[in-house]
Amino acid sequence: MTAPAGYRRAAPGIHPPYDHRPYASTHKRAPRHEPTRIEHTLSEITGPRFTPDTFGPGDGDLTRFAGGEALGERIIVTGRVLDEDGRAIPESLIEVWQANAAGRYAHDSDQHEAPLDPHFSGIGRVITDADGAYRFLTVKPGAYPWRNHYNAWRPQHIHFSLFGPSFATRLITQMYFPGDPLLALDPIFNSVPDAAARERLVASFDIEVTIPEHALGYRFDFVLRGRRATPTQS
Amino acid sequence: MTLCYAVAEQLRPKAEMSVPQTPSQTIGPFFKPSLVRSGDETLARRESRGDRIVIVGRVLDGDGAPVDDAMVEIWQANADGRYDHPDDLQEKLSDPHFHGFGRAATDQHGCFRFHTIKPGQVPGVGNVLQAPHINVSIFARGLLKRLATRIYFPDESSNAADAVLNAVPIVRRSTLIARIESTSPQPVLRFDIVLQGVNETVFLDV
Repeated sequence: MTAPAGYRRAAPGIHPPYDHRPYASTHKRAPRHEPTRIEHTLSEITGPRFTPDTFGPGDGDLTRFAGGEALGERIIVTGRVLDEDGRAIPESLIEVWQANAAGRYAHDSDQHEAPLDPHFSGIGRVITDADGAYRFLTVKPGAYPWRNHYNAWRPQHIHFSLFGPSFATRLITQMYFPGDPLLALDPIFNSVPDAAARERLVASFDIEVTIPEHALGYRFDFVLRGRRATPTQS
Repeated sequence: MTLCYAVAEQLRPKAEMSVPQTPSQTIGPFFKPSLVRSGDETLARRESRGDRIVIVGRVLDGDGAPVDDAMVEIWQANADGRYDHPDDLQEKLSDPHFHGFGRAATDQHGCFRFHTIKPGQVPGVGNVLQAPHINVSIFARGLLKRLATRIYFPDESSNAADAVLNAVPIVRRSTLIARIESTSPQPVLRFDIVLQGVNETVFLDV
């Protein structure tokens, strides 16, 4: 039996290393051994799928919660999920979480002294359409301090979780905003070795996405691993 | 000659990597309300085929301290060794009551737990059957990209010929094999995940 082709390896420099000294939390958590490289089998080329049928309708509007409107600058984040060949990845789950406009997460362990917003949970999930497109309406997250080093602040960012078509394509990442002066100082953003790859984590402002009198628009595409050209004999 | 050259150019395979990948970033410490819902750790429903198992484990850091803000995901085949996915072309029974995906957040002791079934064998490279296994992803603050590993089963004769187990130095192989914690009322298997140091779990570059 011929199984469908496996997935390509990332070019060096795209993904961060496990051990990244400037990010203190890596010190006790980065494995010391190199991961063992394995060939792709059915275990890696299959993966969980979430369709509107099995998952239910998504929630791409984070600006209304508990009967009221979230405070902050309304923004739209939209784009497509593609593979390395530029092919759309349809029916793919995207989960999102973020701080509120003041830079505070609705999470028990966030101790930052910034106000919670009773009308903002910072949680969303959507499934891409047939063109791989997605869209969230939210508020721009605030920057917030963390204790990685003296006077450390995370740049404004939104967390994204994606599955793509397989176990091999799973990706969790963060989207940043153009022109943020904290980017140059952030050990997490700068953990990506390749400068061009790093810049791909920064959304673009898009006046075409912007809705007059309502919300600023940002565009952000995700690119997941592409398939190898030849099927694996399995 | 010019024609030959032109034809050769056309036949050259299209270069890979036309659109570069999006880099990975850490999940951070604040994912839980968004990503982990109650029930996500239960894969086996009443109607699912197969032998019920519970998998418990702890995620530990390089000091042996519990990692209380990790997310563990599992992906596995059904009891007959078939994945619920269109790329699994095997002529084996699917199970409408078993999807094969589970997710758990670690608690303050670094513990996670899944209620599932023992998967059947699935083919690997060269159509050789792999030993039964569960695919695992680990995300946490301090992990800038996903860690992947596999849970294998103890007392499984097919482990001896498994290609992935055999790709691992023998002294570290046991980190991929769950231990029997108890057998009644149902089998409980322990699979601890040690991120760093002595007894570091073998992670896989998938």
